[in-house]
Amino acid sequence: MKLLEVLNARRSFGGLVAVDQVSFSVFSGQIKAMIGPNGAGKTTLFNIISGLLPTETGKILFKGKNIHRLKPFQIAHAGISRTFQNPSLFLKMSVLENVMVGRHSRTRWGFIGCGLRFPGQIREEKHIQEAALEQIAYVGLEHLADSPAGSLGFGQRRMVELARALATEPELLLLDEPASGLNPKETEDLGLLIRKIRDTGVTILLVEHDMSLVMDISDDVLVLHNGSVIAEGTPSAVQDDQKVISVYLGKGLAHAAPGEKSSMRLRRP
Amino acid sequence: MGSEILILQYLLSGITKGSIYAMVAIGFNLIFSATGVLNFAQGEFVMLGGMIAVTLSFYFPLPVAVAGAVVIVACIGCLLELLFFRPLRHHSILHMIIITIGLSIVIQEAALHIWDEKVRSLPYFTGNEISSVKIYGAAISPQVLWVLGTITVSVILLHIFLRYTLQGRAMRACSSNPEAAMLAGINISNMRTLAFGLSAALGALGGCVISPITMTQYEAGAPLAIKGFAAAILGGLGNPMAAVAGGLLIGIIEAFSVSKLPAAYNDVSAFAILLLVLFIRPHGLFGSPSGQGVREF
Repeated sequence: MKLLEVLNARRSFGGLVAVDQVSFSVFSGQIKAMIGPNGAGKTTLFNIISGLLPTETGKILFKGKNIHRLKPFQIAHAGISRTFQNPSLFLKMSVLENVMVGRHSRTRWGFIGCGLRFPGQIREEKHIQEAALEQIAYVGLEHLADSPAGSLGFGQRRMVELARALATEPELLLLDEPASGLNPKETEDLGLLIRKIRDTGVTILLVEHDMSLVMDISDDVLVLHNGSVIAEGTPSAVQDDQKVISVYLGKGLAHAAPGEKSSMRLRRP
Repeated sequence: MGSEILILQYLLSGITKGSIYAMVAIGFNLIFSATGVLNFAQGEFVMLGGMIAVTLSFYFPLPVAVAGAVVIVACIGCLLELLFFRPLRHHSILHMIIITIGLSIVIQEAALHIWDEKVRSLPYFTGNEISSVKIYGAAISPQVLWVLGTITVSVILLHIFLRYTLQGRAMRACSSNPEAAMLAGINISNMRTLAFGLSAALGALGGCVISPITMTQYEAGAPLAIKGFAAAILGGLGNPMAAVAGGLLIGIIEAFSVSKLPAAYNDVSAFAILLLVLFIRPHGLFGSPSGQGVREF
């Protein structure tokens, strides 16, 4: 089943067309990776899907419904959640509170109920807290639940953000460069965690520069270059695609300088 | 009367005035945290609260009049946000601040037309003008206790709301990181409306309890907005609890300056101290020096 369908999305900034007539689909239960050199339009595409930027043409269909006119909070309610390249947390709030905010869209009580503190509301508050603690344990930060998010290291902040995204109970999770700034061991753990999340029924679309991670976990890879899709397919098919190789290594540079090649290599080590 | 008693008397009167400044300063902070706007119409909420309560008190018992005034002013606060700030959200903050000044003038003029230029006041909540309570020899009006009690309770309730409830947490999330809050499924436009409503309600409540002591008039709001703003800056913008300290401090400074200096220097001394503090700590007494997270609770 097509969970997300992007049809002819386009976005320009002044004269620069960041995303140009991009179309692709994400199927339920997939891990799909979006790769491409810097400036290829990956993050812009994420911003379009999550509602931070409107697309100029085309449609974004989620479960068959057009979502490109919805506000970000409505898209979150619909079941799409995301993380950022640089973890975007509420720094003065504790880890637990950060994750509890993620449950906001899954609660029933409005402002009045909150003010009156109905027994049901207190019960729900407790339920939210338990669910949030569960998510925190899921990403392995239960010992830090009460620390302020601002006191955490980069890798841990990323995990808190992931826990918050999961707390919204998304059907589609967008991860923007989840491995950037992580060491190899952390990256490996992240790969396992992403698989585990997928196995609970969450579909994942990620942007990533770490090719070993991408090739390892994704079912499907989409390659963007200068705002357009240049290849789409299984990891192995994409690795052998001539256009992809020329974009990553330069035209006619199949045997590029060793340093450049190793930093941008497509094949698994 | 001994000098200690005199000092206590000044202190109590300072705290009473200071509590109202604190109430206005909290309102400043709530709106500033949620929207980044300094709402100079904050004093008008206090004035409207008092005026509406006086009018309602002709028809209803006092508690109903006060509650009614608070609810009506809260609605006015929400309405202002919906009409003026929501459509203009993509304009610069400076534009919005100028709009608040304009609104303050419009509300004053409207109040002048609806009521008149006469000075009014609510009846004393308990007792009357001449009843007094003795505290360690200092005589204070029971209304002062009403003021202090009301403000203490509202500050505690506000704190509980922001810390321990879903909506309060969402509000803090919005001020800390609006983009992330949006993506976590929070409707931040509604949170902004809520912030305006809450701070209008707080202002109106302050206006009601203080009315028997200071009287209410159509132009009573503007000076309060300036003092409340000073209190918010003194405490450190972005922190409602620091605003309480800032408000009390300004009230107390004023009260003691009256005892030593001619009454005309009343405002001068408060602002002189404010400037002095800002020279040493530009981020306010309790603000964070880096300016980072200024908009977080």
